Amino acid sequence: MRPIQHIIRKGQLQDQLFKVLGVGLTLVCLGALGALVFNLAIDGLPRLTLAFLSSFPSRRPDDAGILSAWVGSLLIMILTGLLAIPLGIAAGIYLEEYARKNWFTALIEVNIANLAGVPSIIYGLMALGLLVYRFQLGQSIITAGITLAFLILPIVIVATREALRAIPQNMREAAYALGASRWQVMKDHLLPYSAGGISTGVIIALGRAIGETAPLVTIGALTYIAFLPPVPLTHTQGGQLVGLFDWAKSPFTVLPIQMFNWVSRPGDDFQANAAATGLVLMIATLGMNAIAITIRYRIRRRIKW
Amino acid sequence: MTRAATDPLPRISSQPRRGAWAVLRERVIEACLLLAAISSILITSGIVFILVSESLPFFRHVSVIEFLTARHWTPLFDNPSFGILPLVSGTLLTTFVALLIAMPVGTIIAIWLSEFAPPKLRELVKPLLEMLAAVPTVVYGYFAVTILSPLLQRALSPIYPDIATFNVLCAGLVMGLMIVPYVCSLSEDAMRAVPMLLREGSYGMGANRTTTALRVVFPAALSGIAAAYTLAISRAVGETMIVAIAAGMQPNLPTIHLLQPLDTFENVFLSPSATISAFIVQVSQGDLPHGTIGYQSIFAAGITLFVMTLGFNLLGAALRRRYRQGY
Repeated sequence: MRPIQHIIRKGQLQDQLFKVLGVGLTLVCLGALGALVFNLAIDGLPRLTLAFLSSFPSRRPDDAGILSAWVGSLLIMILTGLLAIPLGIAAGIYLEEYARKNWFTALIEVNIANLAGVPSIIYGLMALGLLVYRFQLGQSIITAGITLAFLILPIVIVATREALRAIPQNMREAAYALGASRWQVMKDHLLPYSAGGISTGVIIALGRAIGETAPLVTIGALTYIAFLPPVPLTHTQGGQLVGLFDWAKSPFTVLPIQMFNWVSRPGDDFQANAAATGLVLMIATLGMNAIAITIRYRIRRRIKW
Repeated sequence: MTRAATDPLPRISSQPRRGAWAVLRERVIEACLLLAAISSILITSGIVFILVSESLPFFRHVSVIEFLTARHWTPLFDNPSFGILPLVSGTLLTTFVALLIAMPVGTIIAIWLSEFAPPKLRELVKPLLEMLAAVPTVVYGYFAVTILSPLLQRALSPIYPDIATFNVLCAGLVMGLMIVPYVCSLSEDAMRAVPMLLREGSYGMGANRTTTALRVVFPAALSGIAAAYTLAISRAVGETMIVAIAAGMQPNLPTIHLLQPLDTFENVFLSPSATISAFIVQVSQGDLPHGTIGYQSIFAAGITLFVMTLGFNLLGAALRRRYRQGY
């Protein structure tokens, strides 16, 4: 036996083993994801009817539905987006394109990195103490929207900065050379070029917010809500006109909280309701992620600087 | 083109002409952007201010020593005891189980993706794995109690015939699955950033792929991998819904007998437990009047959790500096 060939053979075997290990572990993880989705579908699909989507929660599992939960989730997502998207993009633009290198900028950057590591439930505690009690916003849709906006702000900021950083410096220089002002360069060139990357980040952030449960439990989301927020400019039963923003002061529940409530109850019927709610949640979050991945993939193929 | 000698030359100035309004507009826009950037500092200040101010009344009632050393956490009982240790131990135990899964699995997948997998496959697998981090945690909780817990009960029944439905191991394992993508995605980025030259040097010396990956690429990327690990730890420590659903919501400090390893394993990993975050959720579910000891206790628990994650984040930053490599 010639030793050199022996060594080569051993090395190749080692590589093969590592490959098998890598593929195997990847398949285990993806298999677990598949089992999770499959399990939800088996348990929940029979319950996922139009009646389920258009009924309020109920003591009787067969009559219960998620109308107030998905309306709550939708309204809160709109508020969260309205707050977090402009704020996050503006902060990202400032840090990447405007900020001078000084201690203050460094402080903001360290701060954002740390905020991204703060557990979501801490945001809930902050919102409970600050928004619910000090600012008297109550346990309402507006409180929930602001809380989740704070939570996803670091994700939006980081995504904006990365998208801007990917644009080559000579794009900026060319625009400045033609006499464009700073803001003109920003709005006519950098923002359009980075729009894809930024929207990927925003969608991923909103996908995270829609499944977020803990901070909303902390600020006092209810689990039994048998009414919808008042529609603006209609009349209540007492004949009063509903204000334009009264819906934001309404108590709320959201999909993950409804699911949490049903998971914690004994009995297969409620478990089936939980699975159906989980299925709706998974469709929403995985759908949003799929959109984000598609956008990212398209940009990568289209843009060659 | 010809130009008559009498025509004036076009006006050229070193500065583009801008009116006062345009200059003002630029200033206003920059100020607005700065305000947005400052808002992140306001959020941090808000968090610290609220955690401190709302838990101060608690620490006036309960001494810090009692809080950190008492062995029972029963703040809502008639005869309350305020020892945070059972909650801290629950948090650290679930985190430990999760990391025991996620660190090796995540790292091996990252090495495979970065050093072995063909690029096309990598582009496909990485987003799929990232989906694991996108699944809402309450769905993971459902998965833990409906699938994994019965599976564990059956698998462990020869040794432990009656383990609790809700236990540390089950919650920790599912949490491990959740944080695999945090470990693997960031580690893979870090390893791919290692310059090709280092790999070529290693191959030139006759090393195979596995040796190159483990002895050259992995150490060179250690700073980024440390960042991935710390992010994973932060996520595991702060994770709430999985443990709230699957770990049983019973704060207990496991008893350890060194001479009876089987019993000790059952006490530590197979019995119900509660984490700091799960306790906060449990208390918040009920009606929580402002100013009661129950209300204050969740802020005291919250500040403990905040200090723990901050500690891990700072440790991570230190590790990153320590292992930073200039290529």
